[in-house]
Amino acid sequence: MQPYDMPDEKGHFGQFGGVFVAETLIEALSELRAIYEKYRHDPDFLTELHHDLKHFVGRPSPIYHAKRWSDRVGGAQIYLKREDLNHTGAHKVNNTVGQALLAKRMGKPRIIAETGAGQHGVATATISARLGLECVVYMGSEDVKRQAPNVYRMKLLGATVVPVESGSKTLKDALNEAMRDWVTNISTTFYIIGTVAGPHPYPMMVRDFNSVVGVECKMQMNEMLGRQPDAVVACVGGGSNAMGIFYPYIDLREVRLIGVEAAGHGIETGKHAAPLTANSPIGVLHGNRTYLMQNEEGQIIETHSISAGLDYPGVGPEHAWLKDIKRAEYFAVTDTEALDAFHSLCLTEGIIPALETSHALAYAEKLAKTMKPDQVILVNLSGRGDKDINTVAKISNINL
Amino acid sequence: MSRITNTFKTLKEKNKKALIPYITAGDPHPDLTVSMMHALVDSGADMIELGIPFSDPMADGPTIQRASERALAHHVGLSHVFKMVKAFREKDTQTPLILMGYANPIEAIGVEAFVERAKTADVDGIITVDYPPEECVQFTKLLKEKNIDSIFLLSPTSELDRVKLIIEQASGFLYYVSLKGVTGAANIDIEQVKSKVGMIRELTDLPIGVGFGVRDAATAKEVAKISDAVVVGSRMVQEIENSNQDNLIQNISKLMEELREAVN
Repeated sequence: MQPYDMPDEKGHFGQFGGVFVAETLIEALSELRAIYEKYRHDPDFLTELHHDLKHFVGRPSPIYHAKRWSDRVGGAQIYLKREDLNHTGAHKVNNTVGQALLAKRMGKPRIIAETGAGQHGVATATISARLGLECVVYMGSEDVKRQAPNVYRMKLLGATVVPVESGSKTLKDALNEAMRDWVTNISTTFYIIGTVAGPHPYPMMVRDFNSVVGVECKMQMNEMLGRQPDAVVACVGGGSNAMGIFYPYIDLREVRLIGVEAAGHGIETGKHAAPLTANSPIGVLHGNRTYLMQNEEGQIIETHSISAGLDYPGVGPEHAWLKDIKRAEYFAVTDTEALDAFHSLCLTEGIIPALETSHALAYAEKLAKTMKPDQVILVNLSGRGDKDINTVAKISNINL
Repeated sequence: MSRITNTFKTLKEKNKKALIPYITAGDPHPDLTVSMMHALVDSGADMIELGIPFSDPMADGPTIQRASERALAHHVGLSHVFKMVKAFREKDTQTPLILMGYANPIEAIGVEAFVERAKTADVDGIITVDYPPEECVQFTKLLKEKNIDSIFLLSPTSELDRVKLIIEQASGFLYYVSLKGVTGAANIDIEQVKSKVGMIRELTDLPIGVGFGVRDAATAKEVAKISDAVVVGSRMVQEIENSNQDNLIQNISKLMEELREAVN
């Protein structure tokens, strides 16, 4: 079988992906593609990147056998890739470190980013502070309310947080606004997209920078168990943590790859953020073609998820492709199921997971029950839940 | 010859420049769009650019974003837009109509169906903001078969090779985006526009329209000197936003007349 080799040179994953942007951005994207091609295999660049990942981010992150939780659930053994232990508390920093090093080489003094849960914003503000770059983060005003601790964190790190009031006031609108900023300040500004969406080369580049997660997992699982997991499970909003852990496993056909979307109040209610599971139609948004939650007139519809980081109507084009070629499977879990898994991990393992990650955990629980005790599930524990304690407390009617 | 090409030819013979106002279909209310279009023609518009409302207008500034939101509040989508075009054509079979929008609403009904319906409604040209030529080869071909013009944007950042590539695909006219930014952004640098338009003109006989930063009659006048068409979008939408149902037609007509006078 041919090794997996996507996207093509125009950024297409089959019918998905591509470059759907206004003309003004075309030149900037060509420039970015050229720079990325130049440096992605450059020994000096990679040395600097790996140095930062080791000494600044704290890589490699460990894999942890959640034995008590596995016993409680009953069935397969659940292992957790501890991306929550990274500096800034999530996988997002793997990508921002990489893109910021590119920005530095391009001589761009100003960084912009969009953020949903605030994790990508924090990771971008962090690396901007470290490199002495101006940083502006766009965040939907709804998310600003939901994720107050992260907003303050970004401010502490010297970033300007711009609340976005247009549209649904969430992640998609933050992305629109960041694109508008970029088109206006194109000569001075590097746009660090936080997920595997956007126009080519972003889906590929963000995947590549995050794939350090999967690369480490392959080595670590081999060292720990002398084998690879039966299934790898990760949550999917745009899908960057999932692509990061899936990508190095794509050619290992015997490993099931499972993406978990946010079913919100339930797929059947329409209030969810699960375009793959709900069989949403194909469309074009934010520079790429993918499955997209929309009405019959092609207007993007409002999504719902308890977790701001999954509250996105589209999905990275590579996930759309992996679904179509049946290499990855996609399911969705509800707000309630995610919350139950959140509490369960807190109490049995002493780990507070992010609400995004809790979706992956909830599905891993369901899956584990159908498997044997000698089988292995590897979950990407993509982020820590400190940022979510206000949300969870509010749901439990607790005033902090 | 398409209506657009014909209009440019006629204007050139009279040594005049085309004036193209933009309004978003359904803003402020779907019942008003057709009469607004007629009023714009009566007060000096040579062609009309009609925006297809979209929930995520990435290339538009706040003014046109709000226009889209107002239209979407009345659930105006492509099916309404085609109805408006048909209604407009009942009284006006001369004025070229250009639809401007984003790829997703078009793909939602399918490019074949879109082209078919655009032809039936008697649309003359299409601008799809987020369809660079590489990503819409089939669409451009379908439009060409139906004699509908594909109007592409060129920007201050478009390099020579890029301009050549776009010229090969384009028909009707070329739309030069006068600034780096979204619609309705800061004032434009006329000298810079002049030099870029000059560069494009050496490569093609297609008429060149300029838009994205024409904020008043004075700018329109300057832009008209160096181009074949002036597109006025955010300024027109701003006038709509600041009017009420009673003075809307009067206000947009007055603005149109001012612009006409300046461009002449």
